Amino acid sequence: MKEEHKHVKTKKYGMVIDLDKCTGCGSCMVACMSENNVPFKKDETNKLDSITWLRIYKLTNGKKFPETDICYIPRPCMQCEGEHGHAPCVSVCPATATDYNHETGIVSQIYTRCFGCRYCMAACPYHARYFNWWDPVWPDGMEKSLSPNVSPRMRGVVEKCSFCFHRYQLAKNKAYAQGRRELKEDEYQTACTQACPAGAITFGDLNNHNHAVYKLAKPDNKHGGRPRNPNAFRLLEKLGTNPKVYYLSTREWVRRAGDNYIKDEGKLEHH
Amino acid sequence: MDSALIPEGVKRCSFGKFILWIVIVGAVLLWGVVAMLLCWFKGLNQTNMNDAYGFALWIWADLAVIALGGGAFFTGLLRYVMGKDELKNIINYAVLIGFICYSSALLILGMDVGQPLRSWFIFWHANVHSMLTEVAFCLSCYFAVLTIEYIPLILENRQIDRVPFFHNLSHNMHGIMAIFAATGAFLSFFHQGSLGGTPAVLFGRPFSFREGVLIWPWTFFLFTWSAAACGPCFTILVTWITEKITRKKLVKQNVIMLLAKIAGWMLATYTVAKIIDTWYWATVTAPARGFNFMDFYSNNPLYGPWILVLEIVICGVIPSIILITKTGRKSSFLLISAVLLAVLGACVNRWVMVLQVMAVPVLTFESWFMYFPSWQEIATTILPVAYGIILIMISYRYLPIFPQEQEIEEEKNASIFV
Repeated sequence: MKEEHKHVKTKKYGMVIDLDKCTGCGSCMVACMSENNVPFKKDETNKLDSITWLRIYKLTNGKKFPETDICYIPRPCMQCEGEHGHAPCVSVCPATATDYNHETGIVSQIYTRCFGCRYCMAACPYHARYFNWWDPVWPDGMEKSLSPNVSPRMRGVVEKCSFCFHRYQLAKNKAYAQGRRELKEDEYQTACTQACPAGAITFGDLNNHNHAVYKLAKPDNKHGGRPRNPNAFRLLEKLGTNPKVYYLSTREWVRRAGDNYIKDEGKLEHH
Repeated sequence: MDSALIPEGVKRCSFGKFILWIVIVGAVLLWGVVAMLLCWFKGLNQTNMNDAYGFALWIWADLAVIALGGGAFFTGLLRYVMGKDELKNIINYAVLIGFICYSSALLILGMDVGQPLRSWFIFWHANVHSMLTEVAFCLSCYFAVLTIEYIPLILENRQIDRVPFFHNLSHNMHGIMAIFAATGAFLSFFHQGSLGGTPAVLFGRPFSFREGVLIWPWTFFLFTWSAAACGPCFTILVTWITEKITRKKLVKQNVIMLLAKIAGWMLATYTVAKIIDTWYWATVTAPARGFNFMDFYSNNPLYGPWILVLEIVICGVIPSIILITKTGRKSSFLLISAVLLAVLGACVNRWVMVLQVMAVPVLTFESWFMYFPSWQEIATTILPVAYGIILIMISYRYLPIFPQEQEIEEEKNASIFV
């Protein structure tokens, strides 16, 4: 058993989102909320205190018609690795309520251990972490349709996208029952990936050269996972957060919107 | 009515007047308590915090009161470890102010967390990489030290002191106070520093991120330094306010002068270090992350370069010059203006390092986040002020906080007689 365990390769689950395919329809958001029992309010107009593990931002190139261009950026948790697993949020949590899993590369959130100091939220530059300002209230009868695989969260704790980690656990259980230690690429997929009608989201193991995510992003693991695909980029690359969500776009202004630049920096760069 | 409890040889206002003021300040306290209970029972939806502003007014208040309460550890260090004997005449008050500040900080923290009943997780599941873990451990320990330093003062109450056990306990505690003062200074160095490290380790937030030495960002040292500079200034300021309210001199001017001079030099050196830190951050640290200096001070309705000028020049350079010059210190107006500016500077610095950090957009497709606290947040932030005033009123009335009070009073009477 120990020998077998040794041969299980370390995974680095990640996502590649093709922004040229994304239509901003919001299916991924709906699927995510439904899959993960994400609570909602009667009035969701104030987006600053509503919970959206996956949020879609709308970007424009700022030009007038007919050169106007629009891009939608779905933003899940980036599952940052930082340096050696010191993600921005993980290293700051005083109660070890969030952790970097070196087996999967997924940043966990332990709801029952979180005491709601919100230091992780202050640390996250992507605003991917959400606080439960209220206790969840489900419309009558909706409790019956909640997913039994994901625990609902109580008031006063932080929550975030987990790359549907419960799906990973279920897939692992099934594989173990069948005497396997490795998962096939399609056995573990996130809800948003499966819900996207445009096929813009791809999910898999960035360490596995046979997986689509690796082929699309071509991460350079020797240099903090920087993409070698010239059309691929990560949000706020310069901060050193080392995220595992890659974006693809053939449009330069979209790629440039992924990071901050000092005056005139990199304007001559063309991929 | 309560004359048997009042220290011998000093005059206090009538009991009725005392109670009247307790009731007035108590009403403010009660307002804060109502807001606090609302936050505890209904949750943090009572605040105007949100997912972009997870750290807001309360964290600022925490950082500010801890910085201003730094007068206790630094005056204790000067008095007991460095042998500045004159400071024995102000150390009691510095300890009392420190005690109020630190107990307030703990109370505010108790409100600020989403699940207060789980606060002990910070000790049980401690993450050694987190600055807040170090803050929690050192802050709790130092509050215990401050309590130990405050207890002998309570035991010196006229009636308590008559009990031989308490008299001896107080005497013996005074005897070993140097150990606690040194321990307090040690603990303060770390938690003040860790509070400085709290925003500086956020490498996802280019406005607050700072490089440093080993595991400590530069602000680790800057926060300790500024607390040692501005804490004593706060002690001087509160002493002056107390003197104005009681309409009598409570601490001799040479004591104030000495503390002001030391605080002045601490503030001057801190200001130089802060200017260097800001310069390096603006020209090296932030640009390396794609940010121009003005990105942090433009395109928003509040934060402009004025806040940097206010913090460093008006509340740093100017009070430093006043406090390190004899002429500046000798003028009562200039002295009080300087300590007031220094206190304001510490508050502005903590504000910037908490609220402006949250306000600055990091993603290119987001804009500035602005926030205004709810009445519950404001009331709960004023609550510790009311509590502090009440504790000072009670301590001043019944405990020998100011050892020189009687002597000053006698000298004054003698001069009138002459």
